[in-house]
Amino acid sequence: MIWSVSWRNIWRSKTRSLVIITAIALGVFAGVYTIAFMIGWVNQRINGVINTEVSHLQIHQADYLETNEVHCYIPNIGEIRDNIANNEGVKAVSSRLIASCMISSAETSSGILLTGINPKCERETSNVHTKIIKGKYFEGVKRNPIIIGEKLAQKLKVKVRSKLVITVTEMDGTISGGAFRVAGIFKTANSAFDEAKAFVRISDLQKLLNIEDNVGHEIAILMNKNGGENIIAQKLRRQYPKLNIMTWEELLPDIKMLNESTDFSLYIYVVIILLSLGFGIVNTMLMVILERVKEFGMLMAIGMSKIRVFTMVVLETVFLSFVGGCVGIVLALGLIALTGKIGLDLSLWAEGLNSLGFEAIIYPEIGTVPVVVVTVLVIITGILSAIYPARKAIKLNPAEALRMDT
Amino acid sequence: MKVLDIQNITKVYTDSEIEVKAVNDVSLSFSQGEFAAIVGPSGSGKTTLLNIIGGLDKPTEGEIVINSMNINKLSSSELIHFRLHNIGFVFQAYNLIPVLTAKENVEFIMELQGKSKAEREKRSLELLSGVGLVDRINSRPAKLSGGQQQRVAVARALASKPMFVLADEPTANLDSKSTETLLEIMEKLNREENITFIFSTHDQRVVNKARRVITVEDGRIVSDKSNS
Repeated sequence: MIWSVSWRNIWRSKTRSLVIITAIALGVFAGVYTIAFMIGWVNQRINGVINTEVSHLQIHQADYLETNEVHCYIPNIGEIRDNIANNEGVKAVSSRLIASCMISSAETSSGILLTGINPKCERETSNVHTKIIKGKYFEGVKRNPIIIGEKLAQKLKVKVRSKLVITVTEMDGTISGGAFRVAGIFKTANSAFDEAKAFVRISDLQKLLNIEDNVGHEIAILMNKNGGENIIAQKLRRQYPKLNIMTWEELLPDIKMLNESTDFSLYIYVVIILLSLGFGIVNTMLMVILERVKEFGMLMAIGMSKIRVFTMVVLETVFLSFVGGCVGIVLALGLIALTGKIGLDLSLWAEGLNSLGFEAIIYPEIGTVPVVVVTVLVIITGILSAIYPARKAIKLNPAEALRMDT
Repeated sequence: MKVLDIQNITKVYTDSEIEVKAVNDVSLSFSQGEFAAIVGPSGSGKTTLLNIIGGLDKPTEGEIVINSMNINKLSSSELIHFRLHNIGFVFQAYNLIPVLTAKENVEFIMELQGKSKAEREKRSLELLSGVGLVDRINSRPAKLSGGQQQRVAVARALASKPMFVLADEPTANLDSKSTETLLEIMEKLNREENITFIFSTHDQRVVNKARRVITVEDGRIVSDKSNS
């Protein structure tokens, strides 16, 4: 009956209970929606990193990432690529030639990282082809087509079919150049990527670098799902001990840190919200105790033990918190479902966001774990907030409490 | 059979360094089935004496023995447990649990005692029938008149099958008709259940019904007579 009494007690002062429930609901709503917003935001960034920029895993010659030298290539790259492709969980594998080069238009020039790819394989490992906003992905230009980012196109003041001259250092140190024509212009969420990267056919870059066939600087591996890359990385490290095999987290530790610190900081944020709500709950419950001094005196007089009185007050507080928490979570889940479909448009800040590699349209998302964690935190807040008022209640002297004019 | 024996009870309140003896060297004993009234003017120490008897307050000096147990030696938690099983209370302001119905109010104390649902339902219906409220069992206190609430309070006090019932000015807030009805019910229950009733009152109608009248003045007993 204590559960029933506690539940009914919270509705004795409907207005007061509704005010505190609304406060809790709004706090939890804000907390849960912010978590979903941040998770969506960070996941979009990670998906961008994986699907557009680096894939799940990359393999290089041991010194390549430090030197970026043309001669630090992987020999017999075709066999290695085909072997990796046979592993379970691997979705696609692509080998690349990479050269630091100077790209020049009629107007200006810029230093970029030119990647030679097999467009057919690359479509499987990278989604750059889906980011084409002008022209086509290696179509429409027969000889020496090049795909460049929008930012680079703006910098070089070129458009589709414009001519660009690329200057590279060959294997033997000779400087050579070649003319390319813009086949397509892509735009990703990362403007730095768009400015610093360009793609040509691997055969064209081989000729330009005067490099032999069946070699490459990079193998990109895309997994069927996130999380499987660590297992395959371990296996490949045993298989190819001389090659440098790195997961996306190792290649971009800042993104890994962003991912990890986001989870932690979000829970800190929710705890701060709940802490401030907790003080509100304590205040409300102290008012409740003050108003019901005589009743608590009566309950202890007729034989209700202190632990039962304590439990009753704790239950009242937990019910208040739980109802508010549930309302907040349901509202937040509703908005997450809505904005998760249509997206939250932050285009006003697109330039700043893109410069940091973030999308301007955010699709909030949330898993079961954060919802469960927030629910548990709400209940804990209720219990902790009840301790002080409940102690006040059980410290009452029944005889004195019964004399009070409340 | 003696159910309550108090020996040389004194209760001193200290207020701004002034000592006030609310109860001054009182000795009393009550037998099973008594229907006694403690009377006296306001401030005479009736309620303090009743609180001490009921274990709600501790005396400064003296001993209270209930059913061979010295309750002075019990901790506050032990006293709560002792009250639950041995003493019934009726308060001046009824003090029912507002969120519970009449039946639930009566059952509540039995639930605290750990009685089964069936037993609780049977006894609560018996008692509410006994106080003439069988048709109001599902009404909450706010829907009952003062007299009806006090009758529920009496039923609640008896629900735990206590050794005695302490009633602090039970008729103070009631009109004549309700007072008359309540007194008749309490007298009937006293007779039928053989439970000792001890009232504090300055209501002459209660005094007239009491079979024993103890008069208190300035914390002392000035008379203790049977009322025939």
